[in-house]
Amino acid sequence: MKKQKDTLMVASLKDAVGGAVIALLMALVMVGMKVDVASGRGAELFIEDRWAAVAMAVAIVFVGRFVLNLFYWKKEDTEKPRLGSLLPSVSSFSGLGRFATPVLLALAVILPFLLMYWLGSRGSRQYIDLAILVLTYVMLGWGLNIVVGLAGLLDLGYVAFYAVGAYSYALLAHYFGFSFWLCLPLAGILAAFWGIILGFPVLRLRGDYLAIVTLAFGEIIRVVLLNWYEFTGGPDGLSGIPRPSFFGLEFTRGEGGFADFFGLKYSSIHRIIFLYYLILIMALVTNIVTNRLRRLPIGRAWEALREDEIACRSLGINTTNTKLTAFALGAMFGGFAGSFFATRQGFISPESFTFMESAVILAIVVLGGLGSQVGVVIASVVMIGGFEFFREFEEYRMLVFGLLMVVIMVWKPRGLISSRTPSIALSKNAKGISADLVQEGTG
Amino acid sequence: MSSAQPLLKVRGVETFYGKIQALKGIDMDIYEGEIVTIIGANGAGKSTLMMTVCGTPQARNGDVEYAGENITYKPTFEIMRTGIAQSPEGRRIFPRMTVLENLMMGAMVTDGSTYEEDLARVFKLFPRLKERQGQRGGTLSGGEQQMLAIARALMSRPRLLLLDEPSLGLAPIIVKQIFDAIKELNERDGLTVFLVEQNAYHALKLAHRGYVMVNGVITMSGTGSELLAREDVKAAYLEGGAH
Ligand SMILES: Nc1ncnc2c1ncn2[C@@H]1O[C@H](COP(=O)(O)OP(=O)(O)OP(=O)(O)O)[C@@H](O)[C@H]1O
Ligand SMILES: [Mg+2]
Repeated sequence: MKKQKDTLMVASLKDAVGGAVIALLMALVMVGMKVDVASGRGAELFIEDRWAAVAMAVAIVFVGRFVLNLFYWKKEDTEKPRLGSLLPSVSSFSGLGRFATPVLLALAVILPFLLMYWLGSRGSRQYIDLAILVLTYVMLGWGLNIVVGLAGLLDLGYVAFYAVGAYSYALLAHYFGFSFWLCLPLAGILAAFWGIILGFPVLRLRGDYLAIVTLAFGEIIRVVLLNWYEFTGGPDGLSGIPRPSFFGLEFTRGEGGFADFFGLKYSSIHRIIFLYYLILIMALVTNIVTNRLRRLPIGRAWEALREDEIACRSLGINTTNTKLTAFALGAMFGGFAGSFFATRQGFISPESFTFMESAVILAIVVLGGLGSQVGVVIASVVMIGGFEFFREFEEYRMLVFGLLMVVIMVWKPRGLISSRTPSIALSKNAKGISADLVQEGTG
Repeated sequence: MSSAQPLLKVRGVETFYGKIQALKGIDMDIYEGEIVTIIGANGAGKSTLMMTVCGTPQARNGDVEYAGENITYKPTFEIMRTGIAQSPEGRRIFPRMTVLENLMMGAMVTDGSTYEEDLARVFKLFPRLKERQGQRGGTLSGGEQQMLAIARALMSRPRLLLLDEPSLGLAPIIVKQIFDAIKELNERDGLTVFLVEQNAYHALKLAHRGYVMVNGVITMSGTGSELLAREDVKAAYLEGGAH
């Protein structure tokens, strides 16, 4: 018993040191050096070093890992041989996932007020904006998760549906003067329609071939938007896209506006906060719908399709319809997110819908762990948040991003949250072995 | 066994993979309540015949009739909704889904009203699966996976069950368990079974009737015991003795 305690101690210590080393390497560049504009001496750049902050970060990681190892992860103490040993194991992460969800949700709900409280309405604006951006990607990630994560159809052109949604709203508003709330469902329907259009020709394709065709589809949509000058404005894009109203109340100064109606002092932050909650609700709806569908026959059919198409057919599943619904639904949520994007920006152009966007969304889904909803949130926060926070290091950004991807993929080849939650609980009196206890080998 | 109409009637079926002809005019009948087995060497075309009944690939010539209806050119998923269920070659269970979810997939074609009852029935047949219902399919042992594949097929309440090499790679005791289960299903529930097997001795002992296939052609047929007694069958498929 004593012996065991000792080895646990040593193992935890080793692990904590390993974690601290990684933290040190990452923090050196990311935290340690800050580019700043020197005040008073013109616009000269200099690098301010913040070694104290680095030391702090490393210390937190060290102590945190040590304590977690001793008390929380202690079940699997001995066999942790390779690089994986430096980082938490699968089961500890899925345990995290369970209580991460309510915590993240609560945080998301109070976030704007938290930020306002800390930073005031002026200072918090950029952070709320960033949160809106992150949530947009969470929603896109969840939408793509239906196609890639659940149904296993590798779609490299997801941005096409985002574009269809954005342009649907912009054009409907431009030509017919439709409001956001009317256009939102229309944009979703149109995107779903395009999802089916794409779905038909690629039904027989798998893996690499499917990826190439979807990639081409994404590019075709962008090129059409770029070249159909009379209709879409081509590279100039569309501007003056109307802002959404709050049950008919515009976010304008003066009489009849949102602030006036509620007796508040007008502030431009109201609209930002409104947009934040709008995208939060839209993203949550995506999540709820996906989770619901997973428990219905169609959702189970998607997952089965990912595993074995031939088996699906031999069980009487119409694989054609199953694939098309996955494409259509994924596209629909992409369309919703697109029209949100249009109304938030007030201006769109084909520039916003390049392949890079598809790649980022796909990276979020893959890094998060295919099919994992919480994984998408974590990956979005890390990636999009990371992108913005390290804007200062413009040229190193992609390097760090790539490095991070490699590290994550080596550490957890199946993404951050790789354990799939079964879509049904065991029947009451089953004394079976829980899926959590039976981990698959990675590979 | 000679009720008027066979449940499954195969006539002159020819199936091609590209230019390669795998089935060269197969005739076969399976009557309601029978266990019929088809034996033959590797590559003879046994699995191809079973898959042709299911509609992937479809026969180029000839007819497949099930319960009086021509199903030759129906899409697979529709065929599998008419009361035919299959445990395909290589089992093809869903590895990342749990045992229970795999079984649910088997019940997709039903309206769900008999789900609990069917589940209890397959758990009674294979108690091992009940113990392991929360485990992922891919982590089951080979024998358990085979049980799951059969149980999954049974969840659709089939009239005709197609089994492709259920004994493949299993220890003799598990093979016996599986064959006992097939027998029980046939005798107790009156399930009709079409069994493709390499394990000729066991298969012919179990089956009411059997066919021998060589290179895409049926060369012999008869009752199980008739075929077992024949010298040429013994020589070719039983290596001169009981296994
Ligand atoms: N998808 C395919 N494409 C091309 N040829 C195929 C295909 N599937 C099977 N064949 C060929 O058809 C012939 C019959 O194969 P089949 O799988 O039906 O044999 P089998 O009797 O089931 O053999 P085994 O006992 O080894 O399973 C073989 O020559 C095989 O190579
Ligand atoms: Mg075969």
